[in-house]
Amino acid sequence: MKRSLRLVRRRLLASIPVLLIVITLTFVLLETAPGDAVDAYLLSIGGGDAAVADGLRRAYGLDQSLTARLWLYLTALARLDLGWSVAFERPVLALIAERLPNTLALMGSATALSFAIGSALGIVAGSKPESVKDRALSSISLILYSIPGFWLGLVLSLVLAVQLRWLPTSGIETIASGKTGLDRFIDIARHLVLPVSSLALIYTALFLRVMRAGMEEAWTLDFVLFARAKGLARSRIVLRHVARHAALPLITMLGLQAATMLGGSVVIESIFAIPGFGRLAHEAVAGRDAPLLMGIILVSAVLVIIVNLLVDLAQAALDPRIGASEASS
Amino acid sequence: MSALHVSRRQMLQISSLLLASTALPTLAAAQNLPKGGRLVVAADSEPKNLNPAIVASNGVFFIASKVIEPLAEASFDGKDGLEPRLATSWESASDGLSITFKLREGVTWHDGKPFTSADVAYCALNVWKPLQNLGRIVFANLTAVDTPDDLTAIFRFSKPTPIQLIRNALPVVSSVLPKHLYEGTDIATNSANVKLVGTGPFTFAEHKPGEYYRLARNENYWGKDQPHLDEIIFRVLPDRAAAAAALEAEEIQLAAFSAVPLADLDRISKVPGLKVISRGYEALTYQLVVDINHRRKELADQKVRQAIAHAIDKQFVIDTIFLGYASASTGPVPKNASEFYDADVPSYAFDVERANALLDEAGYKRSGDGTRFELKLRPAPYFNETRQFGDYLRQALAAIGIDAQIVNADSAAHQKAVYTDHDFDLAVAPPVFRGDPAISTTILVQSGIPAGVPFSNQGGYSNPALDAIISKASETIDSSERTKLYNEFQKIVATDLPLINVAEWGFISVASERVLDIADNPRWAVSNWASTALQP
Repeated sequence: MKRSLRLVRRRLLASIPVLLIVITLTFVLLETAPGDAVDAYLLSIGGGDAAVADGLRRAYGLDQSLTARLWLYLTALARLDLGWSVAFERPVLALIAERLPNTLALMGSATALSFAIGSALGIVAGSKPESVKDRALSSISLILYSIPGFWLGLVLSLVLAVQLRWLPTSGIETIASGKTGLDRFIDIARHLVLPVSSLALIYTALFLRVMRAGMEEAWTLDFVLFARAKGLARSRIVLRHVARHAALPLITMLGLQAATMLGGSVVIESIFAIPGFGRLAHEAVAGRDAPLLMGIILVSAVLVIIVNLLVDLAQAALDPRIGASEASS
Repeated sequence: MSALHVSRRQMLQISSLLLASTALPTLAAAQNLPKGGRLVVAADSEPKNLNPAIVASNGVFFIASKVIEPLAEASFDGKDGLEPRLATSWESASDGLSITFKLREGVTWHDGKPFTSADVAYCALNVWKPLQNLGRIVFANLTAVDTPDDLTAIFRFSKPTPIQLIRNALPVVSSVLPKHLYEGTDIATNSANVKLVGTGPFTFAEHKPGEYYRLARNENYWGKDQPHLDEIIFRVLPDRAAAAAALEAEEIQLAAFSAVPLADLDRISKVPGLKVISRGYEALTYQLVVDINHRRKELADQKVRQAIAHAIDKQFVIDTIFLGYASASTGPVPKNASEFYDADVPSYAFDVERANALLDEAGYKRSGDGTRFELKLRPAPYFNETRQFGDYLRQALAAIGIDAQIVNADSAAHQKAVYTDHDFDLAVAPPVFRGDPAISTTILVQSGIPAGVPFSNQGGYSNPALDAIISKASETIDSSERTKLYNEFQKIVATDLPLINVAEWGFISVASERVLDIADNPRWAVSNWASTALQP
């Protein structure tokens, strides 16, 4: 327990400079993009004269220098104030709090589903490498992995929602339905089936392949040979020895995937009209909304750091060798 | 012959019958329209400021026009092309220095307070003139609004102001806000900009960000037996394929503003239960224009501009890019604006030989590789069609030896590059004609506009004769004389080609056949939908 606590502390301290670098880079990057929030806004309203543009630039603080704005942002951030979104005219924190749960539900279920199915199928495939079952699963996963997510989403929606009418085409829940409690939960779940499947189908393939590769390698290792020599039941060898060994890279993969999934949701969120984080990020960039984009990137960075911390903890629990050196230092 | 012979009396009977047969069904239909129901409409954006009195844009009007009403709305057959809303009449003094509006009686705000001339006076002086993007131009010379009684508002101007301009601008610039909610507050940040309070047929019920807006029936609406619908939901669907899918799955009943891409229309028109409608956008005409940077030596030469005009096959653009849903332009005023439109202007037929000859004449000979000179071409990214036209223009120019390098950028970057930095030689732009050339059209060619003004002349073009006509028209009270000036304006623009007008288009709506009484005015998508109904 002490070991993992130290790990947590070390990781959290190390993440502070990471966040600072992320903030500064984003600020500079957004600054180098031509056009600002006022250009984007005037375009959306169909034009305005020079006085309006100047007034807005002053109101948004865009007449100040880059360093002044960065300093202002950092000092506000130190007070845990994420600032004001100029594209939405609302506090950044409120916007993020509104959108994040949708994305977490979408991404969480897609990751959990693909991890569960992918690793289970990976065990099936890896339990006897080069068997017919293995070849069939490997080919299917390869095909799935090569399909673009947006295409899969559109096709699923066309067949299951437009043609068969089994599921809603888009949205996070039925509009103004007044549903509460369990009814509302089921309603949201029904709306999430298509987007979650579109995301999960592709990542399932990824987890399957990593699991299978790990198991294939494990079969040749000495401890498996020893287990077989001991005369253990095959199912026990597969689950307790081979699969457990192969699970380590899979968990690392899970940590990496969490970051990818946050970014990869923009397309799926747009196609299925889910008011989530990815779409918010897209709108922030299009509107040149620096405070909002910073808020989104900051929260994403924190999420990725937390997920990776959890991954490290899980690995430490699975493999006693990990973290031993950190604990002794 | 005898069968065709009809007496005068019979003739009268027949014609009156014919009259009745055309007049009666519409009348009967209006009375028998079903009541109630929820209309779900696709919306592709959520404006941060939903107040149409401050932000006069189609994106805002689409939602807000059902809640907040203007003094008058555009009409296909009404007098002056208008249908009264909050004003019942408007009249200009002979000196053009004042306009008197009579206001509608018995109108109340959604919060129950009465609507009076004080609201109109307050908005005109505190919102439309100083804050609104278009009102700043239209009401530039407004100095005072007198309110002798609750139902009369007299607008006073420092310079003669054409009633023609004010009339044409009314639907767009005259959305009335409740004075009692705005007075003494910071108008730009008032909470009523988000939770609208108006006099319209629908009240603003709810906005769930990222998901939908909900408008509910105003039980106390002044329009007799209106509105028909119980609720309108604007469902946010950012992806255009999703809008088409939602229509087919009957989750939504209407997608306006070409939310369904042109390429999908052919397929979707065959889906049973759906109809494709191109009416209802006549007063929202978008123009496909090639903006020219006259700072480039080659482009400052009129012959080169004429050559470019001759190189563009307008019919091809309409058939291939707009799939027929557009028409060719002759000049800066679209055909829809029949009050001003003048077809008698120089035209530039598609003629590559002529274009090449003009360029040779201008002294830009082809070099060894067949190229005369290079240009930087920036297509506006706002519409599929403007981007596609950029690709077409590059090919069309290649045929006359001009090598156009396309520079693509996202909206904000494009906006800054063209309208602030002038970093372009040619740009593809989609300006809007808003009912009167003085609102947003003359600004495209007028000189002396500072850098940074979007959708204005940033190409460095300057023509004192044209400027003189524009400023004279802004003070000409007599409507027919003013129209004549704009005819002259069209001739000069089409002759001198400060920019090249290629095509003009309106949007397309796709609706369920259950939606009744739509597209009944030339700004239908952005009007109040009081008469729209839904078949159960």
